[in-house]
Amino acid sequence: MSTPVISVRDLVKTYVVGEVTVRALRGANLDVEPGEFIAVTGPSGSGKSTLMHILGCLDRPTSGQFFLDGKDVSRMSKDELAAVRNRKIGFVFQGFNLLSRTTALDNVELPLLYNGGARMKSAERHRRAMEALSAVGLADRYHHYPNQLSGGQQQRVAIARALISQPSIILADEPTGNLDTRTSIEVMGIFQRLNIERGITIVLITHEMDIAEYGTRLVRFRDGRIQLDQEITKRRDAAQELAALPPPEPEEPNAPADRVPAEHLGGVS
Amino acid sequence: MSVLMTLRIALKALNRNKMRTILTMLGMIIGVGAVITMVALGRGAQATIEEQVKSAGTNLININAGNFMLGGVRQGAGMATSLMPEDAEALRELPGVQYVSAGVNSRGQVIAGNQNWSTQVQGVDVELPLIRSWPTKYGTFFTPQDVASAAKVAVLGTVVAETLFGPDVDPSGQIIRIRNQPFKVIGVMASKGQGTFGQDQDDTIFVPFTTVQKKLQGIQHINNITVSAVSPDTAPVAEAIGSLLRIRHKLTPGEPDDFMVRTQEEIASVRTETTRTMTTLLAAIAGVSLLVGGIGIMNIMLVSVTERTREIGLRLAIGARGKDVLLQFLVEAIVISLFGGLLGIALGFGLSAALERFLQWPTSIPPNAIAMAFGFAAATGVFFGFYPARKAAGLDPIEALRYE
Repeated sequence: MSTPVISVRDLVKTYVVGEVTVRALRGANLDVEPGEFIAVTGPSGSGKSTLMHILGCLDRPTSGQFFLDGKDVSRMSKDELAAVRNRKIGFVFQGFNLLSRTTALDNVELPLLYNGGARMKSAERHRRAMEALSAVGLADRYHHYPNQLSGGQQQRVAIARALISQPSIILADEPTGNLDTRTSIEVMGIFQRLNIERGITIVLITHEMDIAEYGTRLVRFRDGRIQLDQEITKRRDAAQELAALPPPEPEEPNAPADRVPAEHLGGVS
Repeated sequence: MSVLMTLRIALKALNRNKMRTILTMLGMIIGVGAVITMVALGRGAQATIEEQVKSAGTNLININAGNFMLGGVRQGAGMATSLMPEDAEALRELPGVQYVSAGVNSRGQVIAGNQNWSTQVQGVDVELPLIRSWPTKYGTFFTPQDVASAAKVAVLGTVVAETLFGPDVDPSGQIIRIRNQPFKVIGVMASKGQGTFGQDQDDTIFVPFTTVQKKLQGIQHINNITVSAVSPDTAPVAEAIGSLLRIRHKLTPGEPDDFMVRTQEEIASVRTETTRTMTTLLAAIAGVSLLVGGIGIMNIMLVSVTERTREIGLRLAIGARGKDVLLQFLVEAIVISLFGGLLGIALGFGLSAALERFLQWPTSIPPNAIAMAFGFAAATGVFFGFYPARKAAGLDPIEALRYE
């Protein structure tokens, strides 16, 4: 019996906004084993985002315990949490959050620059970044800027960035929210492949049930508590679905199009 | 993160918005350039004064009749006749006194042939050229016999000589009329240039003081005594002179002096003090522009932090610590201020050189200018960059990532 990657006990998070007290989490209990792919769903304000922030060590619980890889994280200092985020957690955001005017390669290796302990040589950093980009199928685009990449490609770069420090878990917050149907399936396919082939543990928030069904286990939140926690019996297979889709519409070479300013393409300025 | 890496990241960030970076630097460039130029002008002026004072002669002590420090007609007119030629003679006996020249000043219309000129007529003693280190260009200075006999001889300054006789002409032996009295020209002084008070020292005529007393003004007293001391340590000699004159003028202990003794240093120091004050004032005003440059840096850094809120949130999320973010933004501010400082130093040097070349304003850049300007620029960057950097470091990653 292996140690759970994530172990959460009686997690409570209450915060005060002006004069209003918000009880975002009212006692959550969760265990995540290595290799699981958890889909977390629930309506807005149900506490799923709050849980995500605590799991991502971006926030500390009001009470309760959170063990990551067996270590009690809930009482760590800010700097210690930063180190944990750097080495053990990979983030994938809805808005991609890539640095604009920065190459894909430089974006991917960014976490390694903040790796305080291991001073890596730049050659080693580049090698690892190229490896991560290959894992998401974008090795040939390593020198492109975000505004030269499609939404799906940008998200894949973000996934490569999340992978690079070989984290214990990947936390994805609505990763397909800004993508069209086809690209969403592509991206979920990458998550699935990483989960199945490499055994990477994934915790993914979504409010769409069809996205949730790519995972192994469903956790549903309501009013700050976990309402449902069960295995997904009919797991969808992204690769199969992708193959079954009709080929994408060919682009008309001379169709008029609006030039979209770079600021609107999802890069973080 | 290593400092080198932080520097590279900072440079990249500044490079992303070149125009903004350059405009922000402009404040520093102008500020540093202005301060350096102002200080250079001030020091140039001081150096000029020192030169002028030196050209007036060395180890000089001036004694003037009358004490205008007291002010009021009561002291001025009456007492101004108390200085006598015998006082000058008495001063020769003092130890530390090298040469003495009694002086009587006058003005007059000078006529030579069909040329005329209104100028200063200085009645002096034979030792004046020694006291003032002022040789003659043509001819000779007058002799003790000339002084004893109140002879009507004159030595012209170069401006007077050129006006009356033309340039490069030796007018020795010629007759001129001063206040309608004939005087024989026996020499021309070498060129001296501008004096301590900005006057043209060459626009003058030297005549034996006895001649001015008896033949031009009909007075018994003298206006001033010029003394050159044996050594540059003129203060004790000046004191001795003062004491002797008080005794000679029979002044009681309570009575103020009826003369003024001033060493050359005192005269010079008044002017250099004024110039130094002006330099400090100018530098302070220029320093204001440095302050404004610093405020500009702080302003732009604050804007930058706000604009890059999501980027900061991302860096924090993937493992940057507060101090990593602080350092990154602080380094950006310091790069702006140091680079601006560097260009400002170049501007200061260039402007000083241009002023010297095209306007003939003397400039003198102090040797530690570069180091000081650099230090100020760096300090400005750290000081004004700190608040925005701290703001960036204190952002909550969750809020920051949500920022639109």
